[in-house]
Amino acid sequence: MHDRLRAGLLIAPALAVFLAFFLIPLGYLAVAGGAGGYSAILTEPRFLRSLVSTLLVAAATTVITLFIATIMGLFLARVRFRGRSTLLALLTLPLAFPGVVVGYLVIMLAGRQGLVAEVSMALGGDRIVFAYSLAGLLLGYVYFSIPRTLLTLMAAAEKLDPRLEEAARSLGASPFGVLRDVLLPGMAPAIAAAGAICFATATGAFGTAFALASRIDVLPMVIYTEFTLQANLAVAAALSFLLGIATWAVLALARGASGGAAA
Amino acid sequence: MRRGVGFWTGLCFTLLISAFLILPIFASVIAGVTANQFVGLSSGLTTRWILDVWANYGGTVLLSLQIAFATLVITLLLGVPAAYVLARHAGVTARLIEEALVMPVAVPGLATALGLILAYGAVGGLRSSWYFILVGHVVFCLPFMMRAVLAVLLAIDLNRLEEAARACGASWAQRFFGVVLPNIRGGILAGSLMVVTLSLGEFNMTLLLHTPFTRTLPVGLADAYTALRTEMASAYTLIFFALIVPLLSAMQWVVSRMDQQGRSR
Amino acid sequence: MSIAISLRSCGKTWAGGARGLLPVDMDITAGETLVLLGPSGCGKTTLLRLIAGLEVPDSIGQVLFDGKDVTRLPIERRNVGMVFQSYALFPNMDVTGNIGYGLRVRGFAKNEVQKRVAEMLEMMQLTEFRNRSIDALSGGQRQRVALARAIAPQPQVLLLDEPLSALDARLREQLRQEIDTLLRALGITAIYVTHDQSEAMALGDRICVMDAGRIAQIGSGRDLYHQPANAFVADFIGDANKYVTQTGEVILRPEELSLRPNPNGSFMITRVTFLGPVLRVMVRHRDGQELRADVPDDATLQPGRRVDVSVGGASLMKADPLADKRGELPAFE
Repeated sequence: MHDRLRAGLLIAPALAVFLAFFLIPLGYLAVAGGAGGYSAILTEPRFLRSLVSTLLVAAATTVITLFIATIMGLFLARVRFRGRSTLLALLTLPLAFPGVVVGYLVIMLAGRQGLVAEVSMALGGDRIVFAYSLAGLLLGYVYFSIPRTLLTLMAAAEKLDPRLEEAARSLGASPFGVLRDVLLPGMAPAIAAAGAICFATATGAFGTAFALASRIDVLPMVIYTEFTLQANLAVAAALSFLLGIATWAVLALARGASGGAAA
Repeated sequence: MRRGVGFWTGLCFTLLISAFLILPIFASVIAGVTANQFVGLSSGLTTRWILDVWANYGGTVLLSLQIAFATLVITLLLGVPAAYVLARHAGVTARLIEEALVMPVAVPGLATALGLILAYGAVGGLRSSWYFILVGHVVFCLPFMMRAVLAVLLAIDLNRLEEAARACGASWAQRFFGVVLPNIRGGILAGSLMVVTLSLGEFNMTLLLHTPFTRTLPVGLADAYTALRTEMASAYTLIFFALIVPLLSAMQWVVSRMDQQGRSR
Repeated sequence: MSIAISLRSCGKTWAGGARGLLPVDMDITAGETLVLLGPSGCGKTTLLRLIAGLEVPDSIGQVLFDGKDVTRLPIERRNVGMVFQSYALFPNMDVTGNIGYGLRVRGFAKNEVQKRVAEMLEMMQLTEFRNRSIDALSGGQRQRVALARAIAPQPQVLLLDEPLSALDARLREQLRQEIDTLLRALGITAIYVTHDQSEAMALGDRICVMDAGRIAQIGSGRDLYHQPANAFVADFIGDANKYVTQTGEVILRPEELSLRPNPNGSFMITRVTFLGPVLRVMVRHRDGQELRADVPDDATLQPGRRVDVSVGGASLMKADPLADKRGELPAFE
């Protein structure tokens, strides 16, 4: 049919670009690992360690971010106050920051000349510096995770049916009861979906760890060093491919579970 | 919510977190124009660092803008027709294609970049030119353009509008350019702003794809950080914010306009 | 200008096997207003879209405009005017832009377009709204713009897909009359889809009642009301009681029934509702069958009383040819 032919022609360029510059490279990546690359991953302990660290950091980030974003999301979606839209605008700025900028901001906050250091010294105590430790890394990861998660959860909070809440209150539920029995269950799908995105993004995040030159070896950093410093293409490729498959799988599951609402 | 304990706890919590997110930005901006970061604001304001950055890294800003613009043009030409096809067809094939085209977002930039190097790194002319970076940016940004346009296409009653245009005798070209495109302007604009913003801030891929002659702003920024030139790094970050903030504000304005229009229908 | 339309064996099967429409043969005379009436899913919109050219009939189906086979012609080339349920006005154009669209895409000169649009604005009483954006219009105004847009290019046939269903009752009534006047004035062949029986009666020269993909009956309003071909039509047009007697099933209109109080009557009143113009009385026979009767107001008719039911009136209908239904309804042993 005329219609189908035209549809094919219209979408062909996008598909061609996808094929040539994504699918084929991914294929190269899968293959370049080779037996050597994949076996090295399984045998050398530091890769496994790095994987575990990465997953732990991503998990911790997700838990903290969801906790923060759910509370803030519910609050901001339901309360109107002057300056709310300006606040929202400012809170979503970090969405556009590359990881390096976030890492730098963590240094601004928690580095040797950071805000926290100045404040702690001014209060008469020791200079508190934690930018380069696990705390700093987590701080950075949470920093870039909050804006996106917040937007998703705010949208979900706005879609909650106020009548369910009214029904609960008419039956005698306290505000905490309403939160526990109506609001949180109502937001559960969005929380799960946002959590999956947060986890996947944190697993693949690179710039922040790069900027913080942290002692914790997250997987993307390992991939980078293997490639650029060790010229160890096989391992880098194998790790990248596995990382790619893993994040894609997590996001695909999240999309499936939330019915395409989130990812 | 009643203005009880719940409200105040929520408010304090929100303000605390907001401070955490926003204050470092201001601190960084101020550091970029402070004469002596160690002394603080009392040492006075200066544009010295900004000028230093421009002298050393000015090229990166221009290259970033160039790549962002080129990415925009290409994603518009590829993404708008693709979104149109996906919006008009509901079958399994369409859904599969949609899933596929969105994949680059799910895969870490490092992996995509590595793959590109493996596949095309040997093509001499390509590897050392800014086109290599452009390719990575297009692959990454295309899904965002498509999603923004697709969202708007699905919100208008596309099939009905096209049928009405057809009933009036319009050919495909007449209705695509005369009826479809004008009514998805908001989505195209939102997608465009998104693409430019993402491209300007893209680091993970670009770090692997660049060469010393093709450095973008974020890559240069990382360079300044690692060289421990903190004042320059702050000024550099300031320049980055100066580019990004207007774009983000424009995006938010477009989205809120579209929300309003959606509600009035 | 207006044309006769014929359909030969036009059916529509959807991908997946669902039958939207079973093969239909139909002839529509030029200038006639034919109403396609039926519940949702009966195939009336499918039939309209086949005539429009938005769908293609199954293999051997043919659509003929004045004898010419247009089956393979898409809607853009059929010169039809179509009004959609949701109006489908173009948000990026104002009222004038929308009305003139059909003329512009066909390449008419700018001054011709302006002239024709002005005529349409005048005809639809929209002149003062000519530069309004369409989201600043009320439902009724949008409806008029949709009509104006459809007839501006002087189409051969006008197709209307439930154009009034998005409006509230009073507006619907008013616009229905306007559409009726318009269709008569234009003398154009029109096909009108609706699920509303009173709309069908008010507008249609002929009404085509449809059910589950097939035509149940085509005829004038009177034909359908007084001589329904089957129980479905009888039930869809007006109210109908189905009553089983010894000789078969009979269909009775509530207004045909008369009630006479009789302490030994075979029917008992179960419910009485005062509706204003009539008294609606539900009666039940000893054998359990129920009938609905619409009678003049009568305070003696109360629940619990027994009555005799007789069938009167000049119009008789039968699902089974009962020679003469007039008189007492036969009682069962």
